[in-house]
Amino acid sequence: MNILLLPILPLLAAIFPPLAIRSGRTFCAVAAALPAAAALLILAAAAPAVYRGETVRATYEWLPQVGLSFSLFLDGLGFFFAAMILGIGLLIVIYSRYYLSPKDPMGRFYAYLLLFQGAMVGVVVSDNILLLAVFWELTSLSSFLLIGYWRDLPEGRQGARMALVVTGGGGLLLLAGLLLLGQIAGSYELTEILQRGDMIKASPLYLPMLLLVLGGAFTKSAQFPFHFWLPHAMAAPTPVSAYLHSATMVKAGVFLMARLWPVLAGTEAWFLIVSMVGLITMLVGAWIALFKDDLKAILAYSTVSHLGLMTMLLGLGTPMAAVVAVFHILNHATFKAALFMSAGIVDHEAGTRDVRRLGGLLHLMPISATLALVAAGSMAGLPLLNGFLSKEMMLEEVVHTPYAGNPWIMPILATVGALLSVAYSARLAIETYLGPVRTDYPRHPHEPPVGLWLPVAVLVVPVIAIGVLPALIAGPVVERTALAVIGGQTLPSYYLALWHGFTPALMMSIVAFIGGAALLAASKPLDRLRLIVPRPEAKRIFDRALDGASRGARILVAALHTESLPRYFATIVVAIIVVGGTGFMTGSHAQGTRASLPVNGPALVIWATLLATSLAVVVLHPNRLLTLILTSLVGLGVSIAFIQFSAPDLALTQISVEVVMTILLLLALNLLPRTTPRETGWLRRAWDGVIACVGGLGLAGVAYALMTREFQSISQYHLAQSKPGGGGTNVVNVILVDFRGFDTFGEIIVLCIAALAIYALLDSSLRGAAARRLAEMRQGEEAADAHPLMLVVMTRVLLPLAMTVGAFIFLRGHNQPGGGFIAGLVIAIALLMQAMASGYVWTAERLRLNAHTMLGIGVLLAGLTGLGSLLFGRPFLTSTFGYVHLPVIGEFELASAMAFDTGVFFAVVGTVLLSLAQIARVSARAERKPVPAGPSDIQLRRPAAVAPPATVHGKEP
Amino acid sequence: MEFLVASAIGVLSAAGIYLILRGRSFPVIIGMTFLSYGVNVFLFAMGRLAIDRPPIITSDAADYADPLPQALVLTAIVISFGMTALIVVLALRGFLETGSDRVDEGIPKLPEPAEERLTS
Repeated sequence: MNILLLPILPLLAAIFPPLAIRSGRTFCAVAAALPAAAALLILAAAAPAVYRGETVRATYEWLPQVGLSFSLFLDGLGFFFAAMILGIGLLIVIYSRYYLSPKDPMGRFYAYLLLFQGAMVGVVVSDNILLLAVFWELTSLSSFLLIGYWRDLPEGRQGARMALVVTGGGGLLLLAGLLLLGQIAGSYELTEILQRGDMIKASPLYLPMLLLVLGGAFTKSAQFPFHFWLPHAMAAPTPVSAYLHSATMVKAGVFLMARLWPVLAGTEAWFLIVSMVGLITMLVGAWIALFKDDLKAILAYSTVSHLGLMTMLLGLGTPMAAVVAVFHILNHATFKAALFMSAGIVDHEAGTRDVRRLGGLLHLMPISATLALVAAGSMAGLPLLNGFLSKEMMLEEVVHTPYAGNPWIMPILATVGALLSVAYSARLAIETYLGPVRTDYPRHPHEPPVGLWLPVAVLVVPVIAIGVLPALIAGPVVERTALAVIGGQTLPSYYLALWHGFTPALMMSIVAFIGGAALLAASKPLDRLRLIVPRPEAKRIFDRALDGASRGARILVAALHTESLPRYFATIVVAIIVVGGTGFMTGSHAQGTRASLPVNGPALVIWATLLATSLAVVVLHPNRLLTLILTSLVGLGVSIAFIQFSAPDLALTQISVEVVMTILLLLALNLLPRTTPRETGWLRRAWDGVIACVGGLGLAGVAYALMTREFQSISQYHLAQSKPGGGGTNVVNVILVDFRGFDTFGEIIVLCIAALAIYALLDSSLRGAAARRLAEMRQGEEAADAHPLMLVVMTRVLLPLAMTVGAFIFLRGHNQPGGGFIAGLVIAIALLMQAMASGYVWTAERLRLNAHTMLGIGVLLAGLTGLGSLLFGRPFLTSTFGYVHLPVIGEFELASAMAFDTGVFFAVVGTVLLSLAQIARVSARAERKPVPAGPSDIQLRRPAAVAPPATVHGKEP
Repeated sequence: MEFLVASAIGVLSAAGIYLILRGRSFPVIIGMTFLSYGVNVFLFAMGRLAIDRPPIITSDAADYADPLPQALVLTAIVISFGMTALIVVLALRGFLETGSDRVDEGIPKLPEPAEERLTS
């Protein structure tokens, strides 16, 4: 079977439980259990190969350019973890079926659980480290969803957020670290990276990379000082705590350290950081666990402590310690998941998890209590149970390990850790299960349904089996896994056995047992002592840091987001000036050798007019109507300049756009205030003037510098190919519709979008606050005659003429100045004239094609012309042309580009009409004075019997 | 001639920059128009200046003006029309919604409107 299915199957199957819940809770649980079981079978199918020492691989390309591929591999370590995740996952699914109350949305729970399962399996079987990072973040996300599963619990939401911030932030560190690792190793595939340990350890980037990767691992595995999130994550339903926060997800950090052990471990930095962080975590976690009263809190801190133990073992950096770490991961997963599920049973049956209110449960629920006691014994490290073995081996290891030259630090601290572990395990066992039966439980406990205790039993079996016959049961697994961890090195000779003789480790164990018992006896006074000493409250510190961060963000936003357009513009312009100025000053440039053209009289006059008008606009801009007229004068000047410098097409375009723009602004000005109030601050105006002058000077300078220098144009090709290749002599038009037709196609689409946006913006202004303001707006009385007869008659006479001019300009466009853009503008102006003279309503009624249709026709026609070339196996928008002979007219040329140009034409007409008509419609709204419905129109037919009102109040019919 | 064009570009752009830094919507629109003029002429000038050499292929012409900047500027003119129209409408809508054409301060915090009043 393909191992690709291992992570994919649970991820995809996550959709089924929410669907299956309609058919009942058991069916829903089955829908969740099946994918987990199927994945477990696939894994089992790969077992023989893995245990022959092979690596099972599956690779699919994803984004090979950035080194990201969907590649998975399964070796001893991956197999071990995947089996643990899927196996315990299956038990958790069964347990949850009985744990969740009928009120809880079970489909959602199983969906999250399967998402997590897929992501977690993905982490442990990823070959590509970027893929690993992706799955890593997915586990953080699904953990967030599961912790916050009971959405109405504030602790759940806060705990979920804290876990996400800590593990998600750690995930970012990890990503950075893995990217560095990939850079150092020259590959993002783990199988390659693991071969290059020496090279990586020798790299100067080793230390930063190590710190980043450890940042990810320590946050995920709740190592000191990031241990605080794990106890808050216990707000999750107990099956989640058992699964994610003890057996699997929190071991992802440990897994990562084990996975990268061959390339990271063995250096001084690794040993000093990892082993000490692990040891501190082990002690801190165990110390806090001793004084907690909530069963789950005790287990949570104990988990922190045991994770510290594993981290410390991996930190030691010796192959033997790695073996012990693997062995302890296995043992811890069994007894801790069993204990968590037992805590859930207690909560479920007795209605509380507070050990002060519990006791004597052994008599009320003998089966589950016995199971829990065995697991607790293993946690304490009692002989004949698996926890004892790995603890012994751990103690044996630290005896041989001097820390920073001192041989005593490690053994003593490890013994203290073991001692604390004995104490809190004993406290948990005694206060919950032993002692007399009480009468004041919140709910009267009895033996839970078999579905709750069976998964615990399944986990307790290996606790005892491994404890009694370690070499037989766990030997092969530990050997194969440890071989994968230490990668290539030979496994040290060791044997898993109950009895090693009177070793130092045994002595330390005995000390731990006696000391633990003594500590337990003295725990009450110790607790009082502990409460006197001030302790840092992790949650408060975390909350304060979070508040500080969001306050900082708010200040930053308030400083940058001032909602002042002039300020944004000023920032942009100044930035451009600075960047451009710096580039200009630091770059080098050749002497300007190109000869200047001689100045002629008319040019000088136009230049002077442009300058004078521009200055007048700047000075007189508060008078808006005058500004508008002066601006169109400038536009006229610019079009004359285009004529002067051999650009007839541009001149035609500019002058027609000028007309349309002036009408548009006049219409808008009709609704806007007529004057701009004087601004008071002269300092501000002077400063703006300085910015404007420097900007203008810069542009002028660059333009002058460029124009006086020779250059090589790429247009030679266009000039040479225009006639033979494009079939037209007007090179500008051929470039637009042929050489660079795709650009033009994009541009007409932009135009259409602008037109539609205008339509939408104004159409909705006919409602709400804008409509009320429009209604309140009193128009002046100056327009006594809305549709003067002379204008009406003139424009109607001119219309056919204007249309002919438009058609002429369009048709000759390919060979002479003209074309779709210009013709579109001319026709639009002709139609606008009708609207101005006779009214918007009158014109709209008579237009066969409305503006929306024209936009559609334009884009479709241009697009279809482009697609047409695909039929002939040519790329999009390839054009062709031919010569057609028609009687009377004679021979003329027909180019496919002509159809494209027609599309351009329609889009332009549509855009102009739609935007102007829409503004006109809005301003008609403001005209309270009755306007004639059919202005000066010749009444051809008699009005109907019930005549429509001759006037409308500023409203189109 | 080059000097004339360059200085005209400078003056048009400077006027445009000054106007877009004003605090009301209408001068900003006019400023954008001026900036468009300046920038379009600037782009056009990148093909260098030529007199009486329109890029229309004829058999007797010796040389042509650079057609490529012309084609680009032609679309730029039309697009800047579309852009200006959109800005005008944005300004208009903003004015109608808030009753103010200021652009140098945030949206005025209006009191909640009374219930919808039907306008005849």
